[in-house]
Amino acid sequence: MRVPRIPGAALAGGISMLYLSVIVLIPLAAVVSRSLDGGIDAFWTAVTNEQALASLRITLIAAAVVAVINAFSGTLIAWVLVRDEFRGKNFVNSLIDLPFALPTIVAGLTLLALYGPRSPVGVDIAYTQTAIVLALLFVTLPFVVRTVQPVLIELDRDMEEAAASLGASNFTIFRRIILPNLIPAILAGVALAFARAVGEFGSLVLITGNLPFKTEVASVFIFGQIESDRVTGAAAVSVVLLVISFVVLLGISFLSRWGSKHAQ
Amino acid sequence: MRSRLTLRFIALGYLFLLLAAPVGLVFFRTFEHGFGPAWEAVTTPEAQHAFWLTMVMVGVAVPINTIFGVITAIVLVRQRFPGKALMNAAIDLPFAVSPVVIGLALVLVYGNTGWFGGWLTEQGIQVIFSIPGMILATIFVSLPFVVREVVPVLREIGTEQEQAASTLGSNWWQTFWRITLPSIRWGLTYGIVLATARALGEFGAVSVVSGKLSGETETATLFVEQRFHQFDLTGAYAASVVLALMAMIVLLSMNLLNTRRRS
Repeated sequence: MRVPRIPGAALAGGISMLYLSVIVLIPLAAVVSRSLDGGIDAFWTAVTNEQALASLRITLIAAAVVAVINAFSGTLIAWVLVRDEFRGKNFVNSLIDLPFALPTIVAGLTLLALYGPRSPVGVDIAYTQTAIVLALLFVTLPFVVRTVQPVLIELDRDMEEAAASLGASNFTIFRRIILPNLIPAILAGVALAFARAVGEFGSLVLITGNLPFKTEVASVFIFGQIESDRVTGAAAVSVVLLVISFVVLLGISFLSRWGSKHAQ
Repeated sequence: MRSRLTLRFIALGYLFLLLAAPVGLVFFRTFEHGFGPAWEAVTTPEAQHAFWLTMVMVGVAVPINTIFGVITAIVLVRQRFPGKALMNAAIDLPFAVSPVVIGLALVLVYGNTGWFGGWLTEQGIQVIFSIPGMILATIFVSLPFVVREVVPVLREIGTEQEQAASTLGSNWWQTFWRITLPSIRWGLTYGIVLATARALGEFGAVSVVSGKLSGETETATLFVEQRFHQFDLTGAYAASVVLALMAMIVLLSMNLLNTRRRS
């Protein structure tokens, strides 16, 4: 029997496509088109401008550092939430999603309150590269935890018990049995965290001070270019960020296919 | 046992230093001198307007994304057409693109010198540096949530009940309203909650397309930044606390919905 069709199924498809085009696709195409307004040479000049290059370098290094830290901290937190029992675990579990729900500007402001010039504990990292990493760690916290957690829950305990009865130490069990099963999930979470970190803006504007060549990340550089009406330069650096996001998205879809193969 | 306690200590310590302590401190700083100053700071005309504008953003962007999100999810799950893979990928773009790039993209299409800018100006419609542009930015960033939460539910429920209903003579609207919608309701609600959170908190994209006129085109998040730059920390903290409380309501609803969905 045929699937009951919405009258004018083609119409529904057309509406969806039109909606996506007006909101997402046409505007993004405009960025690419604008970046190439002056030809490929102008694009290249804009991207290789010293300040632009510095902002891209700072962004990529900070995002990479944050991705690596997340691989460890995210896996650890997921493990504690799944395998450990303690009072208030449910509360901690729901706290993990706070960075998704909290506006980024508020995230930046709260970090600045504790780790800025008016810090009550005397730690002042405002306007340094450490501040970039800290803010990015805040906003990317949920990714690895939330990709690893379900895999850990589903993980069969038989193999671990078998290994333990054969005398394997806890660390050996983790390294040889648990970790191989988690790797696809960890990598997927890390990729999501990296993509988010590369584009992050709101949590960084207050705490990094936006010092060119020191703490100015790519999104802040783009913002500055727009404000000073150098739109082509803004578009060129934006295209670099778009390309990075595409590569990461492709990587994630490749990982999820690899992950499901791995699970079989 | 010792190693288990050590791991727990490290994990909870990390969460405390990164999340709980900074957020807690902002709450403390806000109410340090009592409830009065904080209340005054968020009830000034500018603050009230900012929160009202944020509600307008949510009130327009989320319903639009809900309606188109459900249509798009049905199209993606129930139909085959050329370009489906492209559409599926395009929906995730707002997750991957920097908010500032989103703002720039809208300026380049709907701004004065943008692709549609000339035509829009002739019609006397100003989009960028005004509320329609801010709404477009909010729709852009919150677009994927409903689709992404509804698609897996639609896949799972299949079409048997819908086929039965249509065999028994119900028209498509009755089928949708009585069969499809009740089946997807928790996934849909979850998507709406996530989209609301994203719309409430959007900063970067809205910041680019807003004229940042205090009391006119300033949302709650922009108000926090503006108060901070005016050295009005009480105002910035108090508005942040209101936004953080909204975020916590969102978290609470997510938890409740997750328990509901599992049962």
